[in-house]
Amino acid sequence: MTNREEIALMGHLMRRAGFGGTHDELVDKAGRGYEATVEDLLNPEQFEPVDEELLYRFMPGYEGALGPPLNQADWVYRMINTERPLEEKMALFWHQLFATGNSKVDNPPELTQQIAMFRRVGLGKFRDILIELAQNPAMIFWLDNNGNHRGAINENWGRELLELFSMGVGNYSEDDIKEASRAFTGWTIGPKIPRNPLGRFYWNFEYRAEDHDDGEKTFLGHRGNFNGQDIINLVVDQPATARFLSRHLYNFFVADEPQVPSWNITPPNDPDAIDQLVAAYNESDGDIRFMLRVLFNSDFFKQARFSRVKSPAELVISTARMAGNFSQPRPGFNSLAFECAYQGQELLNPPSVESWHTGSEWIDGGALVRRVNFAAGLLGDVSLPGVRSMVDTLRERGNLGPDGLVEACLELVGPLEVSEGTREELLEQARSDGGIRWDTAEDCAASEKRIGVMLALIAASRDFQFA
Amino acid sequence: MTTTTKDPVVVVLQMTGANDYLNTVIPFTNGHYHDARPKVGIAADKVIPINDELGFNPQMGRIKTLWDEGKVAIIHGIGYENSPRSHFRSMDIWHTCEPDIVGTEGWAGRVIRDLDPRGENVLKGVNFGQGLPRALALRGTPVTSVSSLESYGVLSSVPVEAERDQLLDRFARMYSPTVGTGPVMDYLGQTGRDALKGADIIRSAPEQYSSTVEYADTPIAKYLRDIAQVYLADLGTQLFYTQHGSFDSHFNQPPMHTKLWTDISSAIGDFFDDLAEHDTGDNLIMVLFTEFGRRVKDNGTGTDHGAGGAAFVIGNQVKGGHYSAYPSLRPDDLTQGDLEPNYDFRGLYATVIEKWLGLDSVPIVGGNFEQLDFV
Repeated sequence: MTNREEIALMGHLMRRAGFGGTHDELVDKAGRGYEATVEDLLNPEQFEPVDEELLYRFMPGYEGALGPPLNQADWVYRMINTERPLEEKMALFWHQLFATGNSKVDNPPELTQQIAMFRRVGLGKFRDILIELAQNPAMIFWLDNNGNHRGAINENWGRELLELFSMGVGNYSEDDIKEASRAFTGWTIGPKIPRNPLGRFYWNFEYRAEDHDDGEKTFLGHRGNFNGQDIINLVVDQPATARFLSRHLYNFFVADEPQVPSWNITPPNDPDAIDQLVAAYNESDGDIRFMLRVLFNSDFFKQARFSRVKSPAELVISTARMAGNFSQPRPGFNSLAFECAYQGQELLNPPSVESWHTGSEWIDGGALVRRVNFAAGLLGDVSLPGVRSMVDTLRERGNLGPDGLVEACLELVGPLEVSEGTREELLEQARSDGGIRWDTAEDCAASEKRIGVMLALIAASRDFQFA
Repeated sequence: MTTTTKDPVVVVLQMTGANDYLNTVIPFTNGHYHDARPKVGIAADKVIPINDELGFNPQMGRIKTLWDEGKVAIIHGIGYENSPRSHFRSMDIWHTCEPDIVGTEGWAGRVIRDLDPRGENVLKGVNFGQGLPRALALRGTPVTSVSSLESYGVLSSVPVEAERDQLLDRFARMYSPTVGTGPVMDYLGQTGRDALKGADIIRSAPEQYSSTVEYADTPIAKYLRDIAQVYLADLGTQLFYTQHGSFDSHFNQPPMHTKLWTDISSAIGDFFDDLAEHDTGDNLIMVLFTEFGRRVKDNGTGTDHGAGGAAFVIGNQVKGGHYSAYPSLRPDDLTQGDLEPNYDFRGLYATVIEKWLGLDSVPIVGGNFEQLDFV
């Protein structure tokens, strides 16, 4: 028999390692056990991937989608319906870290390929991920490495590799950037066919030896005739890299940190936690799966409930999953993709290579109104299957007074922890309406409506903004 | 109703998707135009002449009326160097004034910040449309974004009309200041209360509004009518933003472009009629822009992505006429088959920002650019 605390902990794990779980899912997983569920998450290949044949039969526009929102909707569908939630969550993590945008790339199928690559290698070793990234056509074009030539370097990729993708500012010199850039000359894409009049083409990674600067380089104190691969090998061995990646994982999975650009001067909120993750990195040669196993099983993770502001993607996907009308390919995913964008996170089109700011910076007036209206609109709609099933669960519990109604509703949407002020307001609502009864048809109708209002009010609360 | 405050107001109308300059302000006596446009060209006898060489698109009759009243400035050949011919990138450049790097801050967001440095009016900048264009994005500067004035509001999505007021009261209390819950909770509370206040205030606009002008039943007319209502309600909004499109007429351009300009022209005509009926509008200008113009030579059914385009500024206080010059259509003068832009778009922004809004334009557009005399 699982108790409430076990279910609450499972809700926490699934919100962070995936996109939340319905109450029934959480009961099942809690029965299976916490550590076993962590292993399931970390080993996604034992579960079926999203059935692309089915998806593309119903939504043919998604395959090789040429632009927003279809390419975004394809990803939204996968995030909602995947049986490999951590694989998809890691794709989102890497997308937020290696932010590549359509605003410049202007080749949506290539961005979709980049996300597929994150799915494929996202739980592997950081070294391999960086090499895939350095050879990813969308990234090469995004950071101009196709314009990085022997004798005429373009530093864009070399700089961001060190500053944004691995070590963080303050851990290398301007000369290191130049030398890294030299090492990546010749790493380019082809064919670069102009978009008009023939449309977009897939690009391929091409290594052009004749355009590669094979001379000696000095990088982070090492000397050699380095190629790009050598640079990445040196980068992943840097203590700064272990620390920087650990902090990103903490910020994404555990609790909101200060904004990334301030990290070189602002210490972590929980230095011990970062030390544990760094040790895991060092012990495993930068293995992401190993690091996440340490993270999810740690006390600092288990205790960090509701300490992150949900990103728009997390809010939209988890609420849509909970309301449960998106389990089959059908129209409607476009609007979820748009909703992420309207709330401030246009998938596959981050504002710049510095990515989205997170935490409280997800919130402004327009975004908050959209978040509240979106979540309250779905959870307040008792005709949706997921909400219906919450109503049915409550009905099985029989008649409930105001306190019971509030507690049960909070349990079914999280379980969600709320502040005293919020709880008091929810109780006021329940008291003014009365509890729920199922004795007569009139009772049933009134109770359903009360549940809908209660769920909408919970979805509108400040507390619901947190994961 | 009369307007009591005389703070200058700007309405930005973004024509998304790249409007075809050549078929909007048509060089109808120019042989190169007719040579290049065998399929999508507009015959000389169809255009609405505005001088001996240029004429408006046949659908622009309502704008021609404003032109005849001296209220329309045309900014010819607007763009920037090395136009990338990508919608996304080009719109980004127009939004951020950053042609060389990927910028994050919007020019209009900076305008709103400088108009209201302490953020006292949550309605200082209002966008009508879905989501916020990057032009309005600036951390710490609240901008209200309204998809529909009638239904705008907190919890408007909840399908229980009767209890809405009660729910809003509860929302206000759930977002009221609390002690000891931390800065993020405090910030969320403040933001929620601001949003509620903005929604409350903006809801007063339709209640006060009455007009005999019947706007067309089109999205752009609806947005401009919403803007007229908020403007007439005198809520202190100084920057309105909206968009219409898509103008991306690669294929089957003539009916598509005709419909777009029918809708825009009639909506703008209705909008200024509405302001005139209310005996106001002297403190308002409207700026129309698009990310780039389209290729000079047609592709047999439409036109592909080009470079230089046209912007328009319309208003009672605008000095109507031609600004900058129509770029040469001689094939030798084209760049990759496109008009060569001859006026930097940041100069248009700078003119509006300095001469109309009275702000320093340099930090907003990122430098000094040639300003014009339309205001």
